[in-house]
Amino acid sequence: MKIPDELHYTEDHEWGKAEDGMLRVGITDYAQNELGDIVFVDLFPKGTSVAKGDPIGTVESVKAVSDVFAPVDGEIAEVNDSLEDKPELVNQDPYEKGWMVVLKMDDPSQVNKLMDSQAYEEYLEAEAK
Amino acid sequence: MPGRTDVARFPEVREPLLNLRSALGRNKRLIPSPFDVPEMPDLPVSTDLADLPDVSEVETVRHFTRLSSLNYGIENGMYPLGSCTMKYNPKIAEAASASLRSVHPADPAAMSHVLECLALLQKYLGEICGMDACSLWPAAGAHGELTGMMVIRRAVDMKGEPRTKVLIPDTAHGTNPASCTIAGFATESIPSGGDGFLTASILKEHLGPDVAALMITNPNTLGIFEREIREIAGLLHDNGSYLYMDGANLNALLGVARPGDMGVDCMHVNLHKTFATPHGGGGPGSGPVLVKSGLARHLPLPLIKEGESGSYTLSWDGPESIGMVHSCLGNVGVCIRALAYILSLGPVGLPEVAQAACINAGYLKSRLSGLYDLPYRTPTLHEFVLSDRLQKENGITTMDIAKSLMDFGFYPPTIYFPLVVQGALMIEPTETEPLEELDRFVNAMEEIAETSRTNPEELHGAPRTTPVSRVDEVWAARNIVLTWSKRES
Amino acid sequence: MSYIAINEQDLRKMLKSIGIAFPQEVFSSIPEELRYDTLLPIDGPLDEESLRRRFAFTPSKAVFAGGGIYRHHIPAVVDSLSSRQEFVTAYTPYQPEVSQGTLQSIFEYQSMMADLTGMDVSNASMYDGATSLAEAALMALRGKGIRRVLVARSMQPSYRRVLKTYLASISDVKVEEIPFEPSTGQIDLTALEGAIAADCAFFIQNPNYFGVIEPMQRVAGIASPRAGFWGITVTEALTLGLFDAPGIYRPDVVIGEAQSFGNPANAGGPLLGFFCTRKEHVRRMPGRIVGLTKDSEGRQAFCLTLATREQHIRREKATSNICTNEGLCALRAAIHLSAMGPEGLREAALQCAAGARHLMALLAAKGIRSLLSGPVFHEFVVPIEEAKRAALDAERIVPGIPITGDYPELENAVLVTVTEMNTMEECRCLAERM
Repeated sequence: MKIPDELHYTEDHEWGKAEDGMLRVGITDYAQNELGDIVFVDLFPKGTSVAKGDPIGTVESVKAVSDVFAPVDGEIAEVNDSLEDKPELVNQDPYEKGWMVVLKMDDPSQVNKLMDSQAYEEYLEAEAK
Repeated sequence: MPGRTDVARFPEVREPLLNLRSALGRNKRLIPSPFDVPEMPDLPVSTDLADLPDVSEVETVRHFTRLSSLNYGIENGMYPLGSCTMKYNPKIAEAASASLRSVHPADPAAMSHVLECLALLQKYLGEICGMDACSLWPAAGAHGELTGMMVIRRAVDMKGEPRTKVLIPDTAHGTNPASCTIAGFATESIPSGGDGFLTASILKEHLGPDVAALMITNPNTLGIFEREIREIAGLLHDNGSYLYMDGANLNALLGVARPGDMGVDCMHVNLHKTFATPHGGGGPGSGPVLVKSGLARHLPLPLIKEGESGSYTLSWDGPESIGMVHSCLGNVGVCIRALAYILSLGPVGLPEVAQAACINAGYLKSRLSGLYDLPYRTPTLHEFVLSDRLQKENGITTMDIAKSLMDFGFYPPTIYFPLVVQGALMIEPTETEPLEELDRFVNAMEEIAETSRTNPEELHGAPRTTPVSRVDEVWAARNIVLTWSKRES
Repeated sequence: MSYIAINEQDLRKMLKSIGIAFPQEVFSSIPEELRYDTLLPIDGPLDEESLRRRFAFTPSKAVFAGGGIYRHHIPAVVDSLSSRQEFVTAYTPYQPEVSQGTLQSIFEYQSMMADLTGMDVSNASMYDGATSLAEAALMALRGKGIRRVLVARSMQPSYRRVLKTYLASISDVKVEEIPFEPSTGQIDLTALEGAIAADCAFFIQNPNYFGVIEPMQRVAGIASPRAGFWGITVTEALTLGLFDAPGIYRPDVVIGEAQSFGNPANAGGPLLGFFCTRKEHVRRMPGRIVGLTKDSEGRQAFCLTLATREQHIRREKATSNICTNEGLCALRAAIHLSAMGPEGLREAALQCAAGARHLMALLAAKGIRSLLSGPVFHEFVVPIEEAKRAALDAERIVPGIPITGDYPELENAVLVTVTEMNTMEECRCLAERM
């Protein structure tokens, strides 16, 4: 299970990458593995304001649908359009090409409340029990 | 999301799509033509013929005959599908109900006899279930559930009580919460105990003044009889709530125990399960609803009335009814078949069904529980659940087991349900299976268990002997091609 | 009769394996107090001949009833093919590898219904036209900003009642009815214009319950630009073989009853609800859907798809609770459409229209004229008094369906239907008795 060091993580298995006041968001390797082959990604449009914990879209596989939640307060600045035609990117490359949205963060210090890679790894181990 | 509409993309086919055999002038059907057709200028006739395939009768027959050969049906072998009760469908039910087809529902003289039969079915179902009143109008189990929950909703609303919640065990079938949502309820899942029972003590923790009902399945989807059902009913009634029962598993109780005696207030039955009407590849089914007298006035309209002269009509007098749930009288043909089944069995035959169903299931369980993981040691009735925990050690999943069974000529059991068991295999043979078929199934499962240890890779490639090999459900969902049309809108 | 295949010898083996001495011990987990220890008070067992006699139904000799369920010619191949046991006894096609027969035939049904309605997609069936309408309304209400449901009063009364039952649980949504013009029977366009807005879902039936053909071009001119969501209901599917496809008016859904395709009247059921919609609504559409795909060898194959909308995955968030639908009836429809072909369908429809006009003329000659002047397909409304109806009933002639109960302003009104299953002789017989 890949858990890149430089990212932040949520309990709902989203990852966040801080980029100059912006946060690139996607779902983790664990999440895509649990869902199975992803067939559809439905994301809220640019300009949508979200609070931490609000849904920003859904991810659908053959056997399940999952909500994706905003890790921080902010506004959707960019949406990964290539997921419309190639939802499988989320399975193949969840942390790079499979990114979902970029949020303009209301308060960049909010990311510090998220888990780091170590904490997320421990969280996954605890969940498995 | 745009779907690609080019259906010719897979050139290797078992049987070409019907439209590919179409050519103008192939169909030479002679239509009944009792009338001269004059000019009818007030009729908005289209200039084009309807966009339909034009094929000869011979090609129609060959096409659908070949398609039928690509199907597995109960006449081929056992369908051990848990909670589906895929029992043998007696042919006399079909034959006896044949004259129904020419009857129009607005033909009062003919319908009197039909309604008399339906009234009799209502009465019999009431006796079998220990309930007071019945409606035959719901066209399927889920439709019956929805109707039942709307009846409860009306009862609760008329009492002026703000009860918005329904409690549903974690072993429940997906239609249970879905039906509640449409009936305007919020749902709350309650856990079954470690031994598979729903307990009064767990219920107590979730019970409150906002609870309208609990939906229970008995036996539950683990095949276990809910032994605390009377205490559960008592708690609910004391709380002013109702007990709804999903009757999908009634096969284990026929003539042996009655839901009405257990404290159930409202329930549905599945005629296409317990009462042997054919599944049809997805219907038509029928899901009659039964209630205790206190809820009878909320049942859907119309009602069947017996006149003094012994003729039967419909009554629309029901000010507290939830209204209509179907445009006509539900799936009448299915109801008549179910009545024929009940009459062909008679009062002695029904409990024999339940007994044989439980013996067949018990036998399979005794032969398979060493080879496969049995997550619950609790005694079961007409069905039981295994898991893939042992086989997973070699990388073999429930999906692999299911697909491999097809190569042995079996339809797989219900898989990945109930959700409380990881990798569940729910097995219900029903009472109509001969011992040879049960043993054949055991042998197949034994071989699969063996192969999972010695050569697991082989099972990943299953099925190999079916008309098509493992189907790519991901491609289907990513591309969404739902018709043969090349229409781009 | 018993369908249990176990004998005494088998039983002994099985009891031994289970580890019990007597068969009744399988019920040991059912508490004693709950055992039903007597015999159920039901008749039987009846032998096969007794059952045939018990269920010998006798239709009346001349029937002019329709009203959403129609007597049509069904080619003999429909029965013979749809009674193949591989179709009849098959389970829902969740395991596609052994269900290609069911799956492909349903895909073909979906394709034909989409083509006939002029819409992008169809689902695998609903219970009937009324629940199809109700589900369409629920689908509309799940969309953004829809708060009202408008329905033409000329829509079949049972459909409007089922719609109200389904919407009763959504307390802030009322069903509003748009009246019809009392002289023509067509929808009151002025009233429609006044009521329609972006926050409503609007549904109209064509032809309507009176058999009257609605001015669809003008209705679409009002509904398409202004309604938040609108749908066309079809209760007589045969019209799809004669009129322009309803999809040309660009509604969001075309729903209704396809019983006319290959399914007999059968005392009212089973029926065949159909549901067609546009591509952009696919993910919100209720019901099962079959999709094209391939198998692991690259062969064409079919499977149920977009299942994540459905109850077994989404549970309380599902687009519908529907599970079992009307599969075999949809198969019959597919075979029927294949057997009839486009010309056959058109001819049958023209026969119905011609027959209705023939009977209307005979009745008019007796002074019995239609109460509504709008153009009709194969149904029309005439006044026939109660006493006359009773006399006809005694002769086992059904002149039609009395509808004054639902439309009190139409006195002694009877909805008369003529199809290709009626004869000139039957029409003469009815007219003679007026």
